[in-house]
Amino acid sequence: MIERTPFLNIATHAILAFGLLMLLLPMYLVIVAASHSLQDVVAVPPNLLPGDQLWINLQAAWAKGHLGERFVTTFIVAMGVMTGKIVLSCITAFGIVFFDHRLKMPIFWLIFITLMLPLEVRIVPTYAVAANAFLPFQTLLDLSGITWLVNALSGVEVKLEWNLLNSYAGLIMPLVATATGTFLYRQFFLTIPEELVEAAKMDGAGPLRFLWDVLIPLSRTNIAALATIMFVYAWNQYLWPLLVVTDQSYAMIAVELSRLVPKFSATGGEVPKWHIAMAGTLIVMLPPIVVVVAMQRWFVRGLINTDK
Amino acid sequence: MRRAYFKNNWVAALMVAPQLLIVFTFFYFPTSQALYWAFTLEQPWGGGNTWVGFDNFTAILSDAYYWQSIWVSIVYAAGSTALAVIMALTLAIFADRQLAGYKLYRVGMIWPYAIAAPAVGLAFRFIFTPGAGMMMFVNQVFPDLWNPVDNGTQAMAMVIVAGAWKQVAYNFIFFLAGLQSIPRSLIEAGAMDGARVLRRMRDIQLPLLAPTFFFVLVINITDSFTDSFGIVDTMTAGGPSRATNLMVYKIFNDGFQGLDYSGAAAQSIILMILVIALTFVQFRYIERKVHYT
Repeated sequence: MIERTPFLNIATHAILAFGLLMLLLPMYLVIVAASHSLQDVVAVPPNLLPGDQLWINLQAAWAKGHLGERFVTTFIVAMGVMTGKIVLSCITAFGIVFFDHRLKMPIFWLIFITLMLPLEVRIVPTYAVAANAFLPFQTLLDLSGITWLVNALSGVEVKLEWNLLNSYAGLIMPLVATATGTFLYRQFFLTIPEELVEAAKMDGAGPLRFLWDVLIPLSRTNIAALATIMFVYAWNQYLWPLLVVTDQSYAMIAVELSRLVPKFSATGGEVPKWHIAMAGTLIVMLPPIVVVVAMQRWFVRGLINTDK
Repeated sequence: MRRAYFKNNWVAALMVAPQLLIVFTFFYFPTSQALYWAFTLEQPWGGGNTWVGFDNFTAILSDAYYWQSIWVSIVYAAGSTALAVIMALTLAIFADRQLAGYKLYRVGMIWPYAIAAPAVGLAFRFIFTPGAGMMMFVNQVFPDLWNPVDNGTQAMAMVIVAGAWKQVAYNFIFFLAGLQSIPRSLIEAGAMDGARVLRRMRDIQLPLLAPTFFFVLVINITDSFTDSFGIVDTMTAGGPSRATNLMVYKIFNDGFQGLDYSGAAAQSIILMILVIALTFVQFRYIERKVHYT
């Protein structure tokens, strides 16, 4: 807009700079704490300038939290969630949008409803499923009388069991079971002109060929957006890995981070090693920040379109 | 309506099946299981279930700790949402003027979205700890002013600030996108009529942002019910004396530490109803009623 508003411009910059300061200050304090020895961190008056211990503290945090191994685990889970989500939501949306069958709307709603209840809300029963992923099917068989029937006919008792605790499958699958991506893909597929479908059919391409050669190349933006969101989402998981993992070799990084400091309590106890904990915090938050800043454009678009 | 379709419905079934399978296993079954548990009494690891009707619910609803947990959740939801929404809205509406440095401001306000809740919790727990850094200094100058380890109100304030800080980036992204989807011609028309910047903000941009505003509001409240676990667990572990024992945290504690599956399931059902109601309000009411264009 062409108008001169010198005072308002100064005010605007002041407000934005203040906001930026509010968002950056906590991180600055974390960096300062991570770059001092413990004595300096608990000194009075506080040190407000970074010290020279940063590298030493980072190494200490890396060793103490076994962050190297945790990085690998977390990375595998993040990749699993990302790929699983992208592939599943792509083919599901394809099945809903490009075929004409009576079940398409019911299926869409069945999947869409999962957006309403995040994992945290149904955590207790989901945990029971993770302890035995075949539990739902066992229950179905029990309820429908098939277990009884098989038992009566052959003497074999049907007992399905697949324990997902302490496994990558258990970490990944429940995180994939939401509609975020399906919704994003559906929105995009609906904008594909039908001439494209007709042309593909005219050329003799079947549905799978169409998916592979036309839709997937066209949905690169979608894939980038979804990949960013899912990477950050999976990397930052806390509650679910806390429950599912008891074997430390599958521990995820956010859970490990919280173990660097003893739990909050009124009884006191030892002084937390804040300098190590803050160095650990820095290490843990770095990868998703890099991804979000680098992929900013795709990520913002994806976030807005998925409403998540 | 689309008319060109592929005919082979077997392929469609094959495409949809994996997702349906996974959604059934990890969503629908657990949710129905929660319902079943809420109305029965079960031994934690196997054993029989007895039908107890609404007993679990009456037990919870007559428990003072549960009501406290609801109250605490409401305080947290209201506090963190108000703080995060107001801050994000102010920043977005001024950032939308796109003065010099706009891109820098934008990145600077988006990056906190990437940080894990426990990392935010840990960072703010350090910042607010009376045992080190700034707050130790404050306490030295004003003795016993700040002690969230004993003082429930202060602990709650600390958790609210951390929760709001984490949420600002998300809200900012949506507000900025909402502002940028307002037709430029409307703002130009306002300028032609002699409305200055602040006047246009108040009379054009803010009213047109209403749908986004309510959307963000509802999402923030829902998130504060569900997403707060990591922050509470790392910052206060629900204490002191349950002053920050949010509903999700109580469910986790009762279910996995106390092994009271039925009680936890009944609490989950109440939380689910709450979250569904909020989503319903958002879809049915707000999206229809608040439109100006």
